[in-house]
Amino acid sequence: MEIVFLFEQVVNGLVLGGYYLLIALGLSLIFSVGGIVNLSHGAFYALGAYFFVQMVDTLGFGAAVVISPIIVAFIGIAFERFVLRQFYREDPILSLLVTFGLALVMEQAIRMIWGAAPLPASLPQAIRGPIFVGDMIFSKYRLLMLVVIAVVLAGIWILLNKTSFGRVVRAGIQNPDMVAALGIRLQPYMTAVVMLGVGLAALGGAMFAPITTVHPAMGSEILTIAFVVVIIGGLGSFWGVVAAALLVGVVRGATVHFVPAASEASMYVLMFLVLLLRPRGLLGESIEKFES
Amino acid sequence: MKFQKNKYTSGVNGGMSRRSALKLSAGAAAATMIGAPALVRAQTGPIRIGNLTPMTGFLGTLGVFASKGAQLAAAEINAAGGVNGRMIEMMSEDSINPENGATKAQRMLERDGVDLILGEISSATALAISEVATRNEKLFMAVGPRSDVLRGGRCSPYMFCTDIPNTVMVNAVGTAMKNQGMVDGKKFFTLTADYVFGHDLLKAAKNFFDANNAELIGDELVATDVTDFSSFILKIRQAKPDVLALNLAGNQVTNFVKQYAEFGAPFPMIGFNLNTADAWAAGVGNLSGTWPTPWLDTVDTDATRGYVERFRAAYDGQTPENHSWISYNAVKIVAQAIAETGTAETPALIEYLESGAEFDLMKHRKGYFRADDHQLIQEAFSFSMKPDGSYDDVLNMLDLGPAVPGEGQPLEAIFPSGSECTL
Repeated sequence: MEIVFLFEQVVNGLVLGGYYLLIALGLSLIFSVGGIVNLSHGAFYALGAYFFVQMVDTLGFGAAVVISPIIVAFIGIAFERFVLRQFYREDPILSLLVTFGLALVMEQAIRMIWGAAPLPASLPQAIRGPIFVGDMIFSKYRLLMLVVIAVVLAGIWILLNKTSFGRVVRAGIQNPDMVAALGIRLQPYMTAVVMLGVGLAALGGAMFAPITTVHPAMGSEILTIAFVVVIIGGLGSFWGVVAAALLVGVVRGATVHFVPAASEASMYVLMFLVLLLRPRGLLGESIEKFES
Repeated sequence: MKFQKNKYTSGVNGGMSRRSALKLSAGAAAATMIGAPALVRAQTGPIRIGNLTPMTGFLGTLGVFASKGAQLAAAEINAAGGVNGRMIEMMSEDSINPENGATKAQRMLERDGVDLILGEISSATALAISEVATRNEKLFMAVGPRSDVLRGGRCSPYMFCTDIPNTVMVNAVGTAMKNQGMVDGKKFFTLTADYVFGHDLLKAAKNFFDANNAELIGDELVATDVTDFSSFILKIRQAKPDVLALNLAGNQVTNFVKQYAEFGAPFPMIGFNLNTADAWAAGVGNLSGTWPTPWLDTVDTDATRGYVERFRAAYDGQTPENHSWISYNAVKIVAQAIAETGTAETPALIEYLESGAEFDLMKHRKGYFRADDHQLIQEAFSFSMKPDGSYDDVLNMLDLGPAVPGEGQPLEAIFPSGSECTL
């Protein structure tokens, strides 16, 4: 029995890791391409949840989950154009400060628009409840989320690896000057990457809104985990982030099985160990522009 | 800067602040005249209340409601001409954690010269503030914290507690549960918030289980920043309890009940702590079970109806939750004490509060402070959910049970005496 329980926790951890992945992947993309650590990433996650709650009663669950991240992606255009673009070539501390400030401004804006009290949100009856596989219990909704995440992930992988768009972005990650010398303007690609990044965060927010508390500070709750995942995975690595997200989920699940009170600490211990043994992260690549 | 500050100290009568009085008193030349102006100020200057409450973090939602309640009370009192003609001047700040709360309390007392500190929800922060208040020999009205230890081993002659303590919350729910036959011989599993409040609540719950032939088959401590409970839900399912009991705090409860519903709520659930705002945030169809509360907006009294109406008028139609209620009443209690004693000096206020004076708490019966442990003795309630489909809005989904203790029983019946508090 004991081993079944552990297995159940591990599988549940994988599902949770998939959700961390949505937030962490966007963070990693924006960092890889722009060299900017986006501390306001959590606020876009919160915006995704709030837009979802705002629309779900009128448009229905499915439409709200789809439209909310699209709106946030469009907000991402302004974010890239008027904020991030000023800082690509600047000292990273400046973009760190400005995105931190923006996170506070966005959280306060949410508080002013929607109020400080959390907003209610529920799952539709049809996708609520458990699914049993043998003696193991799974949440129907989380499995559905996992499918959505897998599809999104596959889409992003194809976009980055099998399209001309992806080739430019990957080249831009390695050496933006060379890309420019070849006569390719990176800016529209950067805008698209930021749209994608914050859109993914918003998708995470929209999908998690029915099963977590929708409140103004929800963004800062998730941001730390996203950072831990990116750092463990290694900068610039798509599969590194994927592996790290799943690993964090699994380690957390296994910790809950053995020492529940230490569940939150487990990912930090993991990060500590990874950085100690492999400072570049699990699959971190050597990126020229950060190594000079 | 220094020159500007000095401008404020130039007034000798009336508008003189406590700080200016202190500054003057430091000067030898003024030594002979300090008695008179200080006395004048004490009876005519504004009453300065330092209001500390968590506005961010896992108790932030409740803190915002609490702050609104306190502000409304102060506004109403001032609109009616103040307390004996003295206006209430309230400074509100976010008490982020125990260290931060203690630092801000110290600053308010020393630099801003507040007459008393009022507020707080976190039991851990309240303990830290209580130490500061005790050192400074100033009144601390601990409005929202519920740990028994604040009225027990860590009580202070300067601290008064207005919310219902953990043991009473356990008794309120426990009484309702016993009536449903859900306690005797049942196996319980608990989840407990991993800080002083949760630990204290677990202790109260264990006492209740022991006294009523129930068995606690497992308990897990949950860090306050946990937002995903799926792995804990698996743990609970593996333990197969008859009843799941929650000793969680703040938005932990909201997160848990939403995810518990997501997993199909495999076991009946009750909880020993839930605030109204966190219940509303759970949304339709997620919350179940029986929960305790000191007050709901549907308490059937004229005072409650009037308060809810005034709160809604003041805050864009928002319905007050229990922390708005308790903060509002705490300010009114302080105002009543100052009005009756004619002073905001701590020794006089303590004497009045310990005298058994009664306070209207918008419930069926009035409340009073017990002199032994400074706990506000009052009615408590349990609530459960109305059946799905029988309400149109989450604000209407809570079904308030009868007040405990019932009519004819003394209020102290649910407030066990013999605590470890020695004042």
